[in-house]
Amino acid sequence: MKTKNIFLLIFFFQLFAATLIPSIAVSAQQPTPSDDEVNAIARQLYCPVCENTPLDVCPTTACHQWRELIRQMLAEGKSEADIKQYFVDYYGARVLSEPPRTGINWLVYVVPPVAFLAGVTLLFRAFTTWKRLTKEPITGADHSSSSGSGPEPAEGSGTAVDDEYVARLEEELKKRN
Amino acid sequence: MLAQSGFGVFVLTFLLALFSVGAAVVGYFDKSDRWVEAARRAMQLTFPLISLATLMLAYLLVTGHYELQYVYSVTSNDMPFYLKLTALWGGQAGSLVLWSWLMSAFASAVTLRKWERDRELLPWVIVVTSVTLAFFLSLTILYENPFARWWQTTAGDIVPRMFAPAGAVPITPADGQGLNPLLRHPGMIIHPPMLYLGFVAFVIPYAFAIAALVTGRSDDRWIRLTRRWTLVAWLFLSLGLVLGMRWAYDVLGWGGYWGWDPVEISALMPWLTGTAFLHSVMIQEKRGMFKQWNMLLIILTYALVIFGTFLTRSGVLSSVHAFSQSAIGPMFFAFIGITFVTSVALLIYRWKDLRAEVEMKSLFSREALFLLNNLLFMGVLIVCFWGVIFPLISELVTGQKVTVGPPFYLRANGPLFGALLALMGIAPLSAWGRSTYKTLGRALWKPSIHSAIVPVVLAILGVHNWIALVGFTLVAFVIFVTLFEFWRGVRSQQKKQKVNFLVALWQLAGRNHRRYGGYLIHLSMVVMAIGILGIELYQTTTQKTLAVGEDIQIAGYTLRFDSLAQFPYTDGRIVTRAALSVFRGDKFLGNLYPRYDYYTASGQPMTIAGVRSTLADDLYVVLVNWENVSAAQAPFKVYHNPLVNWLWIGSLMFIFGFLVAAWPEREDEKREGKI
Repeated sequence: MKTKNIFLLIFFFQLFAATLIPSIAVSAQQPTPSDDEVNAIARQLYCPVCENTPLDVCPTTACHQWRELIRQMLAEGKSEADIKQYFVDYYGARVLSEPPRTGINWLVYVVPPVAFLAGVTLLFRAFTTWKRLTKEPITGADHSSSSGSGPEPAEGSGTAVDDEYVARLEEELKKRN
Repeated sequence: MLAQSGFGVFVLTFLLALFSVGAAVVGYFDKSDRWVEAARRAMQLTFPLISLATLMLAYLLVTGHYELQYVYSVTSNDMPFYLKLTALWGGQAGSLVLWSWLMSAFASAVTLRKWERDRELLPWVIVVTSVTLAFFLSLTILYENPFARWWQTTAGDIVPRMFAPAGAVPITPADGQGLNPLLRHPGMIIHPPMLYLGFVAFVIPYAFAIAALVTGRSDDRWIRLTRRWTLVAWLFLSLGLVLGMRWAYDVLGWGGYWGWDPVEISALMPWLTGTAFLHSVMIQEKRGMFKQWNMLLIILTYALVIFGTFLTRSGVLSSVHAFSQSAIGPMFFAFIGITFVTSVALLIYRWKDLRAEVEMKSLFSREALFLLNNLLFMGVLIVCFWGVIFPLISELVTGQKVTVGPPFYLRANGPLFGALLALMGIAPLSAWGRSTYKTLGRALWKPSIHSAIVPVVLAILGVHNWIALVGFTLVAFVIFVTLFEFWRGVRSQQKKQKVNFLVALWQLAGRNHRRYGGYLIHLSMVVMAIGILGIELYQTTTQKTLAVGEDIQIAGYTLRFDSLAQFPYTDGRIVTRAALSVFRGDKFLGNLYPRYDYYTASGQPMTIAGVRSTLADDLYVVLVNWENVSAAQAPFKVYHNPLVNWLWIGSLMFIFGFLVAAWPEREDEKREGKI
């Protein structure tokens, strides 16, 4: 009976240990997140109350508390996306360093390239119009221009290239502007 | 009494500016030299008057007249004399006074020149500068009066007013709040005047452009007359931007120099159009092209100068609602709208007169490449402008504010800046007029081959970031092209004059300051690009709380926390200063002293980094102020910023390049009768 009790005790101890070990193992996998881990997420977020200040460098007490919140959430096993979503849910999209790609926010991404492409198109059309207007074959340097670059030298002729350059340089230096 | 006199002088100057506008308009339409002369003298009188009012304000600041709201808000008894003086532009009201003072100085300087050859432009130059001056003076008189004093009303409220409310009694505080600690850095003391000098100087070419539009002068006279003003404006705006970067790096404690903050961008935008304008006017002078475009660029620059001031002064950036509550916001908005619409209407009216004298003949000519350069600058401008105003649009439409931060700007502007670097290398090799892909290709191949070695060497050295490889290759390309241009020019000069290399170099630069100064500025820009690439792509950071004797490692460096001291300072701050020893391996490199200053009167903290600077990198340590600090342990944040010093070296080179470019050409002076 005594031996049986000892075995029972050992059994319950093993059972207890078996339930305890995984939790110890889990907490070993979730040590207190380092400052660098916290900052890695904080630098992607903006202070909800200050103007245009990333959370990782904001010196206010409120931001310190938010960084501690990030630390706590990391310790709880929350992912980077979870944490960012939490801040967006509580403080709005302004905490993100860029507007989320939804609704009217698409305009921020679409307008600059469209405007730039419109500029490129305008420029290209202007070039083609100018070329049509001049109608002269492009055969090399422009003698009619105020600073023509001289006759086109023969291919591969180093001296000719230099002469051409010197002629152009002299012309341009004379003009001074 | 002095305050009332100062206010009276501002009112008088405002009336003079209005008179100047009226007299100039009457003089122009009546063809009356007497009226124009009266307008000019009135304009010139504004400068001594505003100087007098500014001196009065400066006196009140340094003598601690805290009964004035402005003096109370920016000075205190414990501030040194020089800070009390520079507090003149430490607040909104004072900075608007500085704007007006500079405007009157520049406008007076312009009207001092001999105008015989350009008599018809004078009235309209006076009109534009006087209207701008009158606008800023009206803000001072009506909304941001630095001479307003404190009164206690019968209801017990303490209010700032110029004149006593009924039954109110004057109040004189014993001490002031003091200047914002962030503004006590030398960089910030010089930064605002530099920016304002740049902003205000750009008004002068704009005034001449408008004068040319009104009078129908379609030649490039207005550009030649204001060439130096444009250069000066560009120099000061550039220096203002660089000083702002240095201030941010030294004072804000986040290890960087540029955060794509709307306030920074508002100063960058006129610089972008101003830089495009500087390039584009060369085409008009050389080839008689892009007259309409140049007009548009200077109109845009002026609008962006006012817009930049509006953004930073109206409160609109914190919220569109703050804008509607702000007194000066709607005034600015109306002024920008009226001046921009009027200018563009004038440009449309003269559109046909401003047609090019010759047409573009080749996609590879220098003027074509300059136009491409302009397009790229406009691309960066669109990104910046849209990024700044989109949060306001979003707030207006959806009621929700969003942040447009660095990732957006870096992604959108990165390729555009890369293309600008490439053009900086290609354009000097192309010819004005006609240039074919063959001639350009022949000029390009040598520097291209040389610069192609750079990514190979970098890859061997372990650099595998493709942006860095492309960026440093472009940097090398521009350096090779520019040095090649110098070398070929010098060689040609040597052959011609039979002189040694240095004499030939001197003679060459002397023959065309603008060209070779421009090349030096290009070199300075790529040197700055080295610093930007280094810190943007390779910055690393780490943070740790250290007990005394513990260390932290970063990028091969070890920093050991030695001690921490806290002591009060004479100017009312409590200084908390840590001492760290820096090692590379076992080698001791020196000590760093990051500190945290707490201004007890205003309750404002300031973080001053401890920095070890070399040409290779900066080790930048911050005593993180928001965590618990004690003599036994303290939290430190360390940044490793590779190559960042080249950014500041490039800035110094830029000044040298500018001096060469702006140095007077003797023949030019005789020919142009420069102003």
